[in-house]
Order: sequence, then structure tokens, then C-alpha cells
Amino acid sequence: MKDALGIRIQNLFKSFPKRDVIQGLNLNIEPGSFVSIVGPSGCGKSTLLRLIAGLESPTQGELQLSPQPPSSFSFVFQEPNLLAWRTVYENVALPFELSGALKLISEEDKHTRIMNSLKKVKLEEAVSLFPHELSGGMKMRVSLARALVSSPQLLLMDEPFAALDENTRFEMQNQLHQLWQEERMTILFVTHSLFESTYLAQRILMLKGEGAKLALDHKVDLPFERTEELRTSESLNRIVRLLSERLRE
Amino acid sequence: MKRYLPSFFSFLLLTVFMELLVRQGAVGESLFPAPSSVFKTLGELHGEFRQAFFETLLNVLAGLGLSVVFGSLIAFIFSLSDLLKKSILPFAIFFQTVPIIAIAPLLVIYFGFGSPTVIASSFIVSIFPIIANTLMGLESASASQKDLFRLYQASRFQTLVKLRFPQAYSHIYAGIKVSAGLSIIGAIAGEFVGGGGLGAMIDSARTQQRVDIVFGVLLLLSLMGLTFVATLALINKVILSRRPFASLPQE
Repeated sequence: MKDALGIRIQNLFKSFPKRDVIQGLNLNIEPGSFVSIVGPSGCGKSTLLRLIAGLESPTQGELQLSPQPPSSFSFVFQEPNLLAWRTVYENVALPFELSGALKLISEEDKHTRIMNSLKKVKLEEAVSLFPHELSGGMKMRVSLARALVSSPQLLLMDEPFAALDENTRFEMQNQLHQLWQEERMTILFVTHSLFESTYLAQRILMLKGEGAKLALDHKVDLPFERTEELRTSESLNRIVRLLSERLRE
Repeated sequence: MKRYLPSFFSFLLLTVFMELLVRQGAVGESLFPAPSSVFKTLGELHGEFRQAFFETLLNVLAGLGLSVVFGSLIAFIFSLSDLLKKSILPFAIFFQTVPIIAIAPLLVIYFGFGSPTVIASSFIVSIFPIIANTLMGLESASASQKDLFRLYQASRFQTLVKLRFPQAYSHIYAGIKVSAGLSIIGAIAGEFVGGGGLGAMIDSARTQQRVDIVFGVLLLLSLMGLTFVATLALINKVILSRRPFASLPQE
């Protein structure tokens, strides 16, 4: 397992032609932590994630990943983003075909890593299926397996479970938390759901208002192991209430 | 097979109806021949019809083949550069909007009588749907799919081959299907001025007032078009049974 990545953001600005989305954001993310980002629509959560992934360039400011590159990170989108004409196995293998750094890995090692990734998301039996033969939850698990296949030090997730039904979402949340406990990569998880963010994360960041102001930086004081009972516990609900109040202020 | 039965029966019904109309004298045979006399002519002149049919077929296949190769190639090149697309696409639209019959005499001057003119005419008429559809297909990948490829630092060639081209499959197929029909129209227009094939046969029948020959040719042209569509559908089915490409038209 590679070292998890930390993120240091200093005085970050991002402007689009008609809007300043992020204005002077400062943030430190500890390596190996599970951090969720919440906030109203359009507050800059996804833009922040895209800036960290390098899909957008900052207008001004500094964004550092440590340890310094070569570092590996993966991105899980809101849609599974699977290629319809490729099997589950081939979709998970995609990073090996595209990324220059991953191409150097031997074929045998690639196969082992693909199968391990699929095992982690409990899809080793579905290798030869095509995306149209999978349920919504299975598609999202393939997307997660594809993100994990490169053993990322940082996992960026942009509302990955938003389109799933409640049962599947709970199942995926438990699976993700267990994966994080085993792998201890840094996870940055954007969500609209206050329950989801509280259940999953160690730390919750709330972005709000013009320019993605950091309205709240809350350390989640819940047992390390996430159990189903925790979902309805008073301790979790108390945090959700606090977040909800802050969001409405 | 079952789904083709309604069209088969409606064709049969129409044939019988036309036969009765002509026999009862409701329609003059000089305007509309009885289907039986069309089939009789097809039998009597089968040698001429066969030769003309295969001549046209070869020209159509050559024109359509060139359209597929060059149309796809042009679309690939256009998709790589917006500037190129903006500067050259209007010319492709010009070929689409100017009636082929207006350009055909020029083709005879450039290529002479015979096959080269017919192939060029078929090519000009059928290339535009392939360029337009392939181009639309190549640009149909979603923003998040493109982001995924950017994240893994895929080269432009990798993105083209592994994302944009497979994503464009259904558009390319639809373009070829439209072009298959157009290539026949283009070839017939070319044969009117360049000579040879079924087009010349229609032209010669016109001068002799032989509507039965004209209808015989029309029947053969319909058969050619249907064979093209059926062959393409079969190829599409075989490809799809192996790879389920995105957003496919159901047939």
C-alpha cells in the first residue's frame, strides 16, 4: 500500500466567466483521512474536487498534494461512467490501457490487480457482463473498482451514490467505509446528504455562500466502526442536526 | 421473418389491385403497365436487365465504399480541429444541397462517359450523411466520459480509438444506412448522363415509351435498396451480438 496523500490548499481562487466560484479558500487535509464536503448546490464543492483532480486550473492560489508527485489518485463521478461496449473486466482494466505510469505493470500483475479490485466490491463473478446487464448499484461498484485498480493514494468522489436507491446506497456506504478502513487512502467525498456525510466521514467541511466560504469544519466524534445501528443513533442525529442548522443559517 | 409478412402481403395486394385496374381498363397500359406485363418483360429481357443491374450494383458499391472510407476519414480529421471543420464543412454542405443532376454534366466533362462518372456521382450524393453522422457521433461522448480519459492522461489518439469512435458507432451505422439509399440515387443520376447500367436503360426506355421496362428497372432498384438495408441490418446485428455499443437504433 502506498502512502496516502495529504492536500494543502492556500488562498485558492477559481473564477468562471460569469462567476467567482471559490474565493481565497484555505484548507489542510490529513493523509489517510475520510473527509466529506457538504453544502448547497452551486457552492463550489464539485469545482473544488475538479481542481484537486487537475480537471480545472486554479485562477490563483496554491494547491499541493503531499508527498509530491508521482502520486496517484482516482475520481469517482456521480454517474458510473462505464463504457457500454466493454465488459466489467475491460472497464476496470481501462486505467492500465490509458495511464502511462500503469502501462509498465506486467500483464499478470494487471490481471491480479483487476481481480482484487473486483473482489473488493464483490463483483468477481460479473467479469464478463456488459454494463447494460448490471443494476445501478453494480454499475457504481464497477466504477469504484476501476478507481481502486490503480491503488490510489487519494480517492475523490463526487456524489457517487446520489442516484442509487436507499438500500443500495446503504450497502455501498458500508462497503466504501470498510474499504477505507482496509486501505487507508485519503478520501474526499462530496455529497448533498448530511446523513451520508456524517455516517461516512471523520471530518465534515461545509462550504456555503458566495465564493465557497468554509462555513464549518467539524470533526465527527463517532465510533471508528460504522454499524447499521449507528444510522439511527442519537449521536449521529445530533451531528446531522448541527449541520442542518448551520446550513440553514 | 414474421415481421416482414405485413409488408409482403401489402405488396402482393397492391400488385393484384394494379393488375385488376389495368385489365378493367381503369388505367391505360401506356401510363401504368399491368404487373404481369412488367414481370413478362423482366423475363424476356432478363439478359439485359441482369447486365445493367450488376453494372449499376458495382458502381453503387464503389461509390458507397469510397463514401464510407473518405467520409469517415474526413469526419475523423474534422473532429480533431474546430478550425478545419469550420473552414471545410461548408463545402461538404454545398455538395449536399446542389442537386446532383445539375453537377452530373460536369462529371461527364471531367471523367468521361461510363463508370468513373457514375461512381463519382454516387460518391458525391452519399458522402455527406457519413461525414455529418460520424462527426456527430465522434462528438457524442459525455463530458464526464471525456473527463475520465483526461484523468488517466489519455492521448488524443487513445481518446479517439477507445472512446469517441466506439461511442460514435450507432451514428456511423445510421449514416451508412442513409447513404446506401442515396448512393443508388446518385448512381442512377450519373448513368442518365454518363451512360450504362439501369439508369441508361430507363433513359432508353423513355425514348421508346416502354413504361414496362421503366417499371422493371424500378423493381430491380427497389430490390437493390432492400438488399442493402437487409445486409447492413445483418452486419449490425452480428456486431451488436458481440459488442453492445451505446444508444443503438432498434431494428
